[in-house]
Amino acid sequence: MKARVFVTLKPGVLDPQGKAIHHALEGLGFAGVNDVRAGKLIELDLADGTSDGAIEEMCRKLLANTVIENFRIERLEDA
Amino acid sequence: MKSAVIVFPGSNCDRDIAVALEQVTGRKPAMVWHRDSALPDGTDFIALPGGFSYGDYLRSGAMAARSPIMAAVRDAAGRGVPVIGICNGFQVLTEAGLLPGALMRNAGLSFVCRPVPLKVENSQSLFTCGYEAGETVLFPVAHHDGNYQADEATLDRLEDEGRVAFRYLDSVNGSARQIAGILNDTGNVLGLMPHPERAVEAAHGATDGRRLFEGLLETVA
Repeated sequence: MKARVFVTLKPGVLDPQGKAIHHALEGLGFAGVNDVRAGKLIELDLADGTSDGAIEEMCRKLLANTVIENFRIERLEDA
Repeated sequence: MKSAVIVFPGSNCDRDIAVALEQVTGRKPAMVWHRDSALPDGTDFIALPGGFSYGDYLRSGAMAARSPIMAAVRDAAGRGVPVIGICNGFQVLTEAGLLPGALMRNAGLSFVCRPVPLKVENSQSLFTCGYEAGETVLFPVAHHDGNYQADEATLDRLEDEGRVAFRYLDSVNGSARQIAGILNDTGNVLGLMPHPERAVEAAHGATDGRRLFEGLLETVA
């Protein structure tokens, strides 16, 4: 069983990397980009039957720093 | 003073702090590997050095903060043993939850490596009693992720409780309120991005860091 964890900066937390990407997009002539926020995607290959609670604990204990980041778990049952 | 320096894979200022401690205290610190589970008996000062533990994978300090030795560091900090985290060591302390807030990518996105003037905000702590409050000192910085951030309530609390130990005089990395170093609520854990251990002898270009270790020696020993 596989799961994806999306780690994103909390709203309001300054994202210098997102800002730089935004600038670069504008430099390439892409108009209409209002904002860019950069995050991480972590793919987990897990033993079948791993509980939601266990994945959430992994996120809280290591994968995300909940002081500045939010996380979202997406299970890919048949991947 | 019986000090211990924690060595993580990727630490690179562990020898700098060891030399500084030996010069000031006259005693070589124990170098403790991150896989160890205990500190030497009688350890009365712990240093988490600068560097790039685990190549800064995931987040700076994230992996090191979950190393086996950190349980012993947390336990010692809880008993009041002074702990200093410099640069990557500061990042490890925030990731371990021993200090509030987080250290993010520098606002300018560049690695900053130069001596910077700092204001000593609190001269009453174990670590800063060798300085005058309001004094300006010169320590080098060398970091990519030194942008200190915390929510407003936490920042207000740090200010109100005198837990901002050092503040940059100029904007160096985008840190909230130009914070360079903070203390925990019991005053025995200090994290700072600038490197006092790289300012202890004339050849370093500045010797302002020496008084941090001298002050500590006086209080601990």
